[in-house]
Amino acid sequence: MRPWHGIGLAAACAGMICLAAGGAVAGPAEETRWQVLQDLYFAGRTVEEAGPVVSLEAPTRAHDAALVPIRVATAPAPGVAVTAVHLIVDNNPVPLAMVLRFPDGTRPHAVDTRLRVDAYTNITAVAETADGRLLKTARFVKAAGGCSAPSPKNAQLAALRLGKMKLNLPETVSTGKPATAQLLISHPNYTGFQYDQLNHYYIPAHYVKTIGVRYNGEPVLDVEADISMSEDPSLHFTIVPEKEGTLEVVAEDTKGRIFKESWPIRTTPGS
Amino acid sequence: MPVTEVAPGVFVHAGAHAETDAANDGDIANCGFVVGTDAVAVIDTGGSPSVGRRLREAILARTGRPILYVVNTHAHPDHVGGNEAFLPDGPAFVGHANLPAALAARRDHDRRAYEEATGRPAADRSPVAPTVTVSDRMDIDLGGRVLELVAHPVAHTDHDLTVLDHGAATLWTGDLVFQERAPAVDGSALGWIAVLDTLARVPAQLAIPGHGPPASPWPDAAADLRRYLKGLVADVRAVQKAGGTIQQAVATVPPTGGTAWRLIENYHPRNVTAVFAELEWE
Ligand SMILES: [Zn+2]
Repeated sequence: MRPWHGIGLAAACAGMICLAAGGAVAGPAEETRWQVLQDLYFAGRTVEEAGPVVSLEAPTRAHDAALVPIRVATAPAPGVAVTAVHLIVDNNPVPLAMVLRFPDGTRPHAVDTRLRVDAYTNITAVAETADGRLLKTARFVKAAGGCSAPSPKNAQLAALRLGKMKLNLPETVSTGKPATAQLLISHPNYTGFQYDQLNHYYIPAHYVKTIGVRYNGEPVLDVEADISMSEDPSLHFTIVPEKEGTLEVVAEDTKGRIFKESWPIRTTPGS
Repeated sequence: MPVTEVAPGVFVHAGAHAETDAANDGDIANCGFVVGTDAVAVIDTGGSPSVGRRLREAILARTGRPILYVVNTHAHPDHVGGNEAFLPDGPAFVGHANLPAALAARRDHDRRAYEEATGRPAADRSPVAPTVTVSDRMDIDLGGRVLELVAHPVAHTDHDLTVLDHGAATLWTGDLVFQERAPAVDGSALGWIAVLDTLARVPAQLAIPGHGPPASPWPDAAADLRRYLKGLVADVRAVQKAGGTIQQAVATVPPTGGTAWRLIENYHPRNVTAVFAELEWE
């Protein structure tokens, strides 16, 4: 794929994925906010700057504040597993968007997902290592209104589709090689901040709160999510299938509804 | 306000290809009116009360017949913002059955956007909502001239309404047709293409687009838009088939028609994002 150079913002970044040009904006307001959040989520612990162990990509300016695509990747140093990444949208009403847990933290992981952004904000990723270190990196994103944006979809259609899942895989999956899969879950993921203007009430929060991915029974990825995950949650993640088998996903929403689905995965001998 | 008589009794004001700002006060979409022997119907009212007032003055300068109908093609603020200017006439306000919900949902967002764009306070009220809604089709008789209103399934939005003037063989498309100005997908790209297929069979010689020249030949008027939408769907599907992400699609999918579309950089990345999410659930 060639980048399209016809337009300004996103296309200005060469290459496949737009890194937030210039990285985090560490203005005093962002620093002050982060201190509050560090005390809230990581009280009494030291949070270091991440360096190469964890990286975060996000658009500098979002095209849809309710659907801001981000990507977080871990690159564990030899012998030090990265077991979790906390994703925090600093200025959202509920800042902790999700925690990604990697049962096999010794290998690198890359996860793409989509977040709601309610106001100009840093998005912060805090990685946790098996030896208890916390490593942080952040990107400043210009977007606003993502938590209160009305869903553009037809509510009746959305209700019919609720809980449906899709898994997208590359055409070939090689034995023992990392492959990227995309999981989609149809869910309105109501934030509790969306006002129904016609009937005059806030639609109660109702969202997917946990997602577990297993391959042949072995845990691959566990997600704990909150209201900042976009409608129709999407996760790209990597699996390294040692043989063919079954990928199973179990998700639960805040009303206790459980959604389960599994897909066979055929692998071809890697070269 | 300048208006063009594109067919006998059919008057159109063409809005500017710009974003709303303090100078244009939301005069960025096409609006106009149709004069029958008994009554006048207004079709869309511009992006602010001031545009609506100027449109009303243009009508009063041309006819003494009463304004009995104000028809809105959809809820976008540049099409409904002048509704209140017609309250003194006591017309029926007519729109798609989904229009009231869309107006309500957009209210706070659109008020904020107007204030940011113009630096002027927005009125503390919603745009005037329809008093008559259309869930399928409805005729309006202006005297010697019947307008056929048709409510469409999800396309540009989920509440697009067209107005066909059989006698003048003229189709008011609202934003189901963009010419010159970059289109915005706020409903469904696939649905929009399907509705364009339906509209191509409508017996009209002229279309009055939501954005573009006051009128142009139908169905050719939709050709650029159709190419843009088809290109968007095909290119986003190709990115998805290759396992690509939204970010990759935004960075690589070009707008069919390129920079011939005015303001394309403001709309194309968002269209790619919206269509990506739409096609994931095909
Ligand atoms: Zn529109």
